[in-house]
Amino acid sequence: MTPLVEVRGLRFRYEDGTAALNGVHFRLYPGETVALLGPNGSGKTTFVLHLNGLLSGEGAVEVCGLPVNPANLANIRRKIGMVFQDSDNQLFMPTVLEDVAFGLLNVGLDRASAVSRAQAALETVGMERSASRAPYHLSAGEKKRVAVAGIVAMEPEVLILDEPTANLDPPGQRSLVELIAHLPQAKILVTHDIPFALALCQRAVFFNGGVIAAEGAVEDIVARFEWGFTAERSKSPGG
Amino acid sequence: MHHRILERWSRGTSPIHGLDPRAKIAALLVFLIVLATAHRSLALLSAGLFLLLAGGVFRARLPLWAVIERAALVLPFSLVFAIISWAAGDPARGLSLLAKSYLSALAVLLVVATTPLPSLLSGLEQAGVPRFLLLVGQFLYRYLFVIVEEAQCMRAAAAARAGSARAWLAGTARFGAAAGALAVLFARSYGRAEHIHRAMLARGFQGNFQKLERNSFRMSDAGFALTASLAVVALRLAAERLAW
Repeated sequence: MTPLVEVRGLRFRYEDGTAALNGVHFRLYPGETVALLGPNGSGKTTFVLHLNGLLSGEGAVEVCGLPVNPANLANIRRKIGMVFQDSDNQLFMPTVLEDVAFGLLNVGLDRASAVSRAQAALETVGMERSASRAPYHLSAGEKKRVAVAGIVAMEPEVLILDEPTANLDPPGQRSLVELIAHLPQAKILVTHDIPFALALCQRAVFFNGGVIAAEGAVEDIVARFEWGFTAERSKSPGG
Repeated sequence: MHHRILERWSRGTSPIHGLDPRAKIAALLVFLIVLATAHRSLALLSAGLFLLLAGGVFRARLPLWAVIERAALVLPFSLVFAIISWAAGDPARGLSLLAKSYLSALAVLLVVATTPLPSLLSGLEQAGVPRFLLLVGQFLYRYLFVIVEEAQCMRAAAAARAGSARAWLAGTARFGAAAGALAVLFARSYGRAEHIHRAMLARGFQGNFQKLERNSFRMSDAGFALTASLAVVALRLAAERLAW
């Protein structure tokens, strides 16, 4: 099967000299949902920013058979949809509908088609009644749904979600799991949330020090790196 | 916050809300020019213009007292210059400054409170205001409250460690610490701007904002712009004639 995303030997160093990626090899196949796990600063977010050309390092990155380079960027950004960690950074237009239509107008859709596809995307995420609201009036969970709608409307082939459950309450997390599970695209989830990864992903890759240290079933990776967290009630000093 | 109230007001359904923003902008421009160039019988003219604006507020179904109160936010700024004029021996100029600044603020508020921001910006763009300035305005409006929230969180965190927010407000805390907090706020805002730009690029942004809706200028809009402008000019002529 041809991979949707193929990365070979990706290296990247920030301007201050910090080496963020030290030779990453990765493949994503159609229909897959993969979790990127690993400590803070291990290179997960830096890695996904290379997939739609927001960062550019050494090595080969291909999306749907197209190498990620300046000539292909417009095409690549239609194929890769990215939901950022902080929804406030993603929702910058005055109304929800305009925000969801933002990407559609950028890729050259006429206004009527953009409105119709934006409304359909809002229905997909259950936010059709908020089309005329201002994004800053929404709750964190609603903002996340609208951010997802803005990406889903573009009909990408791959969805990347960076820490999607950050700042969401448990009902918000549950409803986000249901929403993401029903989206047909292949997905990459950057997350520290193990229950979330277990609920959605068939495979996990573990980043450490700018390389993929291991990959396999989510349960195996979590067990191998002791990456789960179950809090036990601590005994009081007096007790 | 004020802009949330304005946002709510601007989504009304009155006949004034339904006008094309360019009609309101044109009438506002005439109002400001007539007011700014008026020198004689200013008290009479101010009273007339105030009644005209109050009529507009009433027609727009906005809460009159709340609008009057919000427009007064401009007074502390103009009061400083009014006091300077007064102290320089020209009290009439001071009073004129106060009246003109208040009425201008009230007129601008009436337009802003009856026009949703996207329509207002698109109207301003169609009226020839540079797009870059409008984009800055749009982003400022969108992210102002996010930055204010960040500042409030920082102040709470500082107060939690310094023991009292009052010490910060009273300025008895170290100036260096306050300056440091400002620098951090700037750095955070800068970082946020980078993240927003990245999110825009990820959705195919190529430097041009495309619009979802276009305003349409109808005969009724032209009629409003003309009537409102004529009313303002007529008020000034009448006030000057009465003064003779």
